Amino acid sequence: MDSDRQHDASHDPSLTPYALVLGALLALTALTVLAATVHFGHPWSDLIALLIALSKAGLVITFFMHVRGSSPMVKLSLASGAVGVLVFFLLILSDYLTRFLG
Amino acid sequence: MSEAASAHHRTDLAHHFESYEQQKQSSLLGMWVFLAQEIMFFAGLFVCYVVYRHMHPAAFAFGSQHLDWRLGALNTGVLILSSFTMVVAVVGAQTGRRKMIVCGLILTLLFGAVFLGVKVVEYGAKWQHHLVPGPHFEWHGDPAAGRAVQMFFAMYFVMTGMHALHMVVGMGIMLVMIPLAWGGRWTRENHNFVEGFGLYWHFVDLVWIFLFPFLYLLGLAGSGVHG
Repeated sequence: MDSDRQHDASHDPSLTPYALVLGALLALTALTVLAATVHFGHPWSDLIALLIALSKAGLVITFFMHVRGSSPMVKLSLASGAVGVLVFFLLILSDYLTRFLG
Repeated sequence: MSEAASAHHRTDLAHHFESYEQQKQSSLLGMWVFLAQEIMFFAGLFVCYVVYRHMHPAAFAFGSQHLDWRLGALNTGVLILSSFTMVVAVVGAQTGRRKMIVCGLILTLLFGAVFLGVKVVEYGAKWQHHLVPGPHFEWHGDPAAGRAVQMFFAMYFVMTGMHALHMVVGMGIMLVMIPLAWGGRWTRENHNFVEGFGLYWHFVDLVWIFLFPFLYLLGLAGSGVHG
């Protein structure tokens, strides 16, 4: 029932790069926990946690979600989502953080 | 099943597409646009979290300390593994290996079940310790601080709850996909559903990657903040 038994399997995608990404993700998770035990102070602890989380996200998006080899429209959708998040944070926080000044 | 590319037999190519490639790109784009919307959805929750944490840093650190970070870390590892097994299923679909699709999906489903099982344990513990916001929440201290701690747990339950809901939906879809995959539904030419679902599952993993440190690890550094 497997389709196309005659195809040349030598060009089939290998799981090895994905396994490497898996390893990196698990290692970064351990790093997340480790970094959280160190008192870097405010706001550095948050920034470090965010940086590590963004790295993990980057790996998932680039490799697991195949964004690297995908069409420009897909990349545009992803970018719009990211811009949307930025707008949420920038606009809401610029309101909230400047509310109680003076 | 799949004969040598004869146009009249391409029942899995919808009539409004010129090629499998166009069909695939359209399908993936549809999923990505949906995910962009999902990103916005969770972003709203994260912004809410940022604002309330900024208002009540001590209460949030205190609340975070009452979450078991080891269970959170375990679940993070479980979800990352489930993303890997999902990739296995997608590669199976890309190479026309039916059993690989099925194995990948079953493993992903199992990891998802482990994740949800851990969440049930966690939620149960919160209920027992009277930390669920609402009439059963117990706080024996400054009422204002109590309200702030309740806010942390409200964010915890809403954010992890919505995340868990997304997982349950995904697992329901996988339950349907497994017999379909076994029956040879997806081929090397058209396996868009598997790829698209893979994107959804990775997104669920992505949300948790951000939830874990900002909900579970706030109190770990012992920076002196206490409730």
